[in-house]
Order: sequence, then C-alpha cells, then structure tokens
Amino acid sequence: MWSPAAGVRVPLDLCRIDDRLIHGQVVLGWGQQMRLGFIVLVDDEVAGSDWERELYRMGVPPEVDVVFETVDGAATRLAEFERDPRPGILLTGDVESMVRLVGKCSALRAVNLGGIHHKSGRIQRLRYVFLSPDEELALRSLESRGVAVTARDVPAARPVTLSDLLSGKGE
Amino acid sequence: MNNPATELRAIIAAHGELAAGLVSAVDRITGRGSALGILSNVGLGGEQMEATMRERIERDGVRAIFTDLPSGSWTMAARRAMRGNDQVVLVTGVNLAALLEFVMRDDLDPASGARSCVDRARAAIGVVTGGGGARAT
Repeated sequence: MWSPAAGVRVPLDLCRIDDRLIHGQVVLGWGQQMRLGFIVLVDDEVAGSDWERELYRMGVPPEVDVVFETVDGAATRLAEFERDPRPGILLTGDVESMVRLVGKCSALRAVNLGGIHHKSGRIQRLRYVFLSPDEELALRSLESRGVAVTARDVPAARPVTLSDLLSGKGE
Repeated sequence: MNNPATELRAIIAAHGELAAGLVSAVDRITGRGSALGILSNVGLGGEQMEATMRERIERDGVRAIFTDLPSGSWTMAARRAMRGNDQVVLVTGVNLAALLEFVMRDDLDPASGARSCVDRARAAIGVVTGGGGARAT
C-alpha cells in the first residue's frame, strides 16, 4: 500500500470515482504527493472520442502517461497496469462503471469516492458526495464483496467509511 | 448606452473563492470589477460546470473566459462549452496582472483583450531575493 511517509506504494493504489475525471485534485492533490506515473481513465464515452481524449491529455503534465480504456478494455489490461512499477491512479466517472469494472476484476480491493456531485434523485452525503438509492445499493454490494469503499477528496482529508457516509456521520 | 468600463466582458472561473478574490482586488485597484463575472466550482460536478459555463456564454454573451489551472475542471468545462464557437477565447492560469490589463483595455473587444493580457500575466511572475540588486528576475 502506498504510504505518504515512506513514499512506498503499490501501483494502482488509488481507484477513484470522480465525475470530473482528470482535474486539479487528481493531478496536483493526489498526483504530486504520489509521484504519479500514469492515469488509467476508464470511461466508455471518452475512450471512443478523439476530442475527449485530447482534452483530458492536455490537463496532465508530460511526465504522466494517460491511458484511455473502456470498462471492458481496462478489465482486460488490469494485470498489465498492476505490473507497472510507477504509481498509478485508475479513474471512473460514475459508480456504475466502477461496479462493472470490479465485477470483472476481483483484484480491485479498494474504491475511493472522490467526487460524485448533485443530480436529480441523489441525496447529499458529504460536501462532495451525492448518491442515489441505486448507487448506495451498488456501493454496499461492493463492500459485501470485500471491497473497501471510502470517501476522501484529497490526501489530507480524513477517509470516511461507507457506513459512516450513509449513516450521516461523515462530517 | 453601455459603459465599456463596467459592462460584463469576461468570466473568471476558478477553484474555491479565488475568482471572487481576484474580482475584489480588480475592483479595489481599478473600480472595474463589474466587468468580470465569477464562477466557483464549489459543490459542482463536471456536467453542472459545463452547463453553467454554457449558460453564461449564451445568456450573457461572454466572449472571454479566464480559468486558474490548465488542468482544472473549469478549463475542461470551458473547452467543452466553447467547442465549435470561435468567438470565445479561453485564457488559463489567470492572475491579477492579467485581469488588470484586461479591464483597462476596453479599447479592445473582449476576445482581443484576453489575448493581449497574456504577456502581461507572464511578465508579472518573478523571483526576488534579499541580496544584491533591486531588480526582480
């Protein structure tokens, strides 16, 4: 496991759900502290669009590689990503994509909720986490399968467990 | 008749309360803070940011957008919202020097003004040490 004190990490330490995908918190907040080497952006729509891929690539420093994959593609290549010696972040833009990915890759054991913002039907759980009943159910299902789900927008923040999040003890 | 010194000419979209702080400073220095609109990312997801930016471009006719981080979510939202619209200019990495230049150049249209302030913004960043001469480098 990556440790900010020791600078030691296992690749793909951070598997994050964030509807903004690549942005300042990811590239600077997490990336600089982790000495980030690569980002795996998992999104079916982005993976199929040259324009979207270029948009996200422009937001990343040149020393950080960005790999764009569909959920199925990421599942196929996960072992390859985990062998990469560089620190890496895997991102999905929604709960559904992460749940699908975990369903295909039992190796993913922890999921970070980094930014799921307001939409119709969602209830606010944290300043940066809003969840619909279906999304809550899906996250509970992940935990029941042994995946640790915590909310934490930036490294300096306290991780909030899913049970605390859903019981209103997050803030 | 519109007053070019005070009519809305650009939007500043930045993290936290940065945009409000920059506009406050511009207003203190020039009295032209009303030329700049403010957007904060607080509480907004990617889709909401894009929709908000699109609305400001279409509703207010804004032709110049300033964002803070080139990799930030406002920059992403602005690029999506202005896609296909070559009337709108985006300047990333905004600082106070850029905005002061922009609001004072009301002889230029907003898009041209945004382009013109980039050199001023770059020149405003320097390093000063305590020893030696008096010039910043």
